[in-house]
Amino acid sequence: MDFLPGIARWAHLVAGITWIGLLYYFNLVQMPALKDAGADGTAAGITKHVAPRALFWFRWAAVATWVAGAWLLGKGFVDAFLLRDAYAAIGVGAWLGTIMLFNVWVLIWPNQQKILGMKPASDAEKAIARRVAMLASRTNMMLSIPMIFFMANGLSHRAIVGL
Amino acid sequence: MKNPLDSISGTVVAGLVLTLALYLIVKHVLVGA
Repeated sequence: MDFLPGIARWAHLVAGITWIGLLYYFNLVQMPALKDAGADGTAAGITKHVAPRALFWFRWAAVATWVAGAWLLGKGFVDAFLLRDAYAAIGVGAWLGTIMLFNVWVLIWPNQQKILGMKPASDAEKAIARRVAMLASRTNMMLSIPMIFFMANGLSHRAIVGL
Repeated sequence: MKNPLDSISGTVVAGLVLTLALYLIVKHVLVGA
């Protein structure tokens, strides 16, 4: 079954591109677009039709990325999370990805449900939810930079950067 | 002090600084141990 790690790597990359691509879309496109759309009264088009769909693919792609990554680590899963020897670098990437998955499901998604009116919330609660969701999303964007570095250089290519 | 995560440029700089810090930790503390 030598082809299975190849399938896992492929699935990890496809799901990861979907997840991080949508993360960058939220931070680079949707957030500034909503600010402008709010000013001319057209934000509903985004919050009603675009954001819920983007959030669906975003949160489930995050799960698929983590599961495929765990599958890809295989027997090295525990060594990676314990940052042991050759698995130290990919382990840092795995920890960063895990923290990001936590942020998606525990901080971003529940607060977005309040912001988008999927869960009842007062205006004050919505204002707090906006700030928490924004900071969690920006935190994930920040963490994605070292996470991708350690994914790219963590196991098969670690010698290139001296790890 | 302004939160760097309030801007895209601050977020990217923070990410690059974190990358360098984690790289040095992995190289000199974890792998080099």
